[in-house]
Amino acid sequence: MKKFLSIALVLVLIVGCFAACGNSKNPAASGTDVPETDETPAVSGETIKIGLLGNTTGDNSQYGIAVFNGAKLYIDEVNAAGGINGKLIEVVEYDEEGDSQKAITGYNSLVDSGVAGIIGSVLTAPTVAAVSVAYEDNMPMISASATASAVTYNEESDTVYSNMFRSCFIDPYQGEIMATFAKEELGAATAAVLVNSGSDYSVGVAAAFVETCNELGIEVVASENYAGSDTVDFASQLTNIAAKNPDVLLIPDYYNIIALVAEQAADAGLKTALLGVDGWDTVADYVTDLSLLDGAYYCAGYSTEDTSDAVQGFISNYEAKYGDTPNMFSAQAYDAAAIIVAAMTKVDTEAPELEVGSDEYRQAVVDAMKATDADFVTGHVTYDEYNNPQKTAAIIGFADGASSFWGNFGA
Amino acid sequence: MLFFSQLINGLQLGSIYALVALGYSMVYGIILLLNFAHGDIIMVGGYIALLAITAGLPTYIAVPLSIIGCILLACIIDKVAYSPLRKAPRISLLITAIGVSLLLQNLAQLIFSAKSQPFPSSVVIPKGSVNIGGFAISYTALVTLVVAVVSMLLLTWLVQKSKMGKAMRAVSEDMGAAQLMGISVNSTISFTFAVGSALAGIGAILYCCRYPQVSPTMGSLLGLKAFVAAVLGGIGSIPGAMLGGFAIGLCEVLVTSLGGSAWTDAVVFAILIVVLLIKPTGFMGKAMSEKV
Repeated sequence: MKKFLSIALVLVLIVGCFAACGNSKNPAASGTDVPETDETPAVSGETIKIGLLGNTTGDNSQYGIAVFNGAKLYIDEVNAAGGINGKLIEVVEYDEEGDSQKAITGYNSLVDSGVAGIIGSVLTAPTVAAVSVAYEDNMPMISASATASAVTYNEESDTVYSNMFRSCFIDPYQGEIMATFAKEELGAATAAVLVNSGSDYSVGVAAAFVETCNELGIEVVASENYAGSDTVDFASQLTNIAAKNPDVLLIPDYYNIIALVAEQAADAGLKTALLGVDGWDTVADYVTDLSLLDGAYYCAGYSTEDTSDAVQGFISNYEAKYGDTPNMFSAQAYDAAAIIVAAMTKVDTEAPELEVGSDEYRQAVVDAMKATDADFVTGHVTYDEYNNPQKTAAIIGFADGASSFWGNFGA
Repeated sequence: MLFFSQLINGLQLGSIYALVALGYSMVYGIILLLNFAHGDIIMVGGYIALLAITAGLPTYIAVPLSIIGCILLACIIDKVAYSPLRKAPRISLLITAIGVSLLLQNLAQLIFSAKSQPFPSSVVIPKGSVNIGGFAISYTALVTLVVAVVSMLLLTWLVQKSKMGKAMRAVSEDMGAAQLMGISVNSTISFTFAVGSALAGIGAILYCCRYPQVSPTMGSLLGLKAFVAAVLGGIGSIPGAMLGGFAIGLCEVLVTSLGGSAWTDAVVFAILIVVLLIKPTGFMGKAMSEKV
């Protein structure tokens, strides 16, 4: 009996462990069993509905909540200023709990309630699932946070989801930004990369960085790897890199890894300027001595230290409404709402005869979004052929044991 | 210069592996238990040291405190989870060890959250380096090496010369016969756990100084690598565990420094497989006939 009990306890523990890590990789369902949505539900002349699709409960719901808050802040501001040419925007929310299947259900539910466009989803997997259905409907859609390239481009069928946009930059784009930054602002002639070979994020950013370095004539003298996010020893890789003494070293990974690397870089005698990406955010809380990072730079979607009116205005409005400092996701969601509302306003102004929700209306909004070329809180946005934003990145630099906003950089 | 730096890197990594591997090997040697909770005891040691230092305790109190904490924890685990199963099949004991490991990890996650926390390493070992013949060695590396070597010498003395050591060797040879000779088997086993965990505690401090971060899962990969080191050296053998630890550490660094950083883990585990195929008992393990 005792043995049985201990085995049962172990089983409970193991199951609990798996339950905690699972739930992220539900396969995207195909759109075959989705009800027809061609008949357009009646939309009142007074309001235009915009759907918010995201996870506001369950694991990772902090992202979904931040996104919803940011988007609703913008929509409230537009409504307070009279809406879209006098038509107020009505927000319809759907919580898909981070689940791919529920994201499709949620998309259909939003379509049934007559939304003219959708902001969402939040996590990559549900967004990919939802867009596979939304593409059939040509529903104007924009995600504030899904960074995988698969969100706007299906590699298997070589299809660009022309109706799908995003306001965040994709992972590899940060590699391009940092390579260009190294060349133009730091005058780097040689570079090295230290890559987490167990992370798509790290590998993708590093590959883009190396490619851009080659284009710009920066010589990549060392490319070192480590096995995964639980690696703690980087001494031998850093010793190798230190022997080559490159001008810059890119480490595309998250803050906890960076903290460990920073400590060991000093021991390895590395004097190279470190470069990072948005995973570095909050690294200052993890390094025992911030002066270890002196001379390092990383790029992020936005910085609260940006003193521009747009950013500071957004921050103070957000704080007034929610009593909390907005993070990158809220800022990108605010911009996502701005991009889709601007497109709707343009269509409403230039072609008021189009019935909201009709095929022609959707195509017109998609075209208007594609033509976006304006300044937003998180930077200037234009779209490339894959509907990925070509935007500026906030560069954060370290000097004299402190981090500060360096400025916005990039296309 | 490069070779020398890499050698120091390897020795430092290896001495931490060796200290942890010793704990595995000693426990296995005496009750044939693969104590998978060993890595998590290191994690607990790390958290105790972190809490003690952030509470403002000086290093000379915080470090012994964390070592004592590890010893107490191991004795409690032995009493609660392992000793009721002494006569049970070995597989039950193994599964219990995995259960304890998961329990400790999840408990730590519950108390300290899953996020990793910075460890104020410079409080324990100051930053900086000494020059030996033109080569710079960081204080951390120097202290790690010295502490590891001293611990191993002490352990060898304890096992080979002291009365308790004699009892440990007797129990590992034949538990029943040892009991008949008047050796208290249970307290000997507890003592073995305590010694192994003291080494884990020392390992935890050195580890946290080298990699200044504590997280609930920090012990799992370290434990796995140390386990490989123990098997490589011949599990159950104390000099084997030391040799295995240094071999794994140096091997990892060697592979990386030769430009194969993407292959480090693969090469290490491949070596393990090859060694086990050629010499299944490891470098220094004794072939034991299965008792029927």
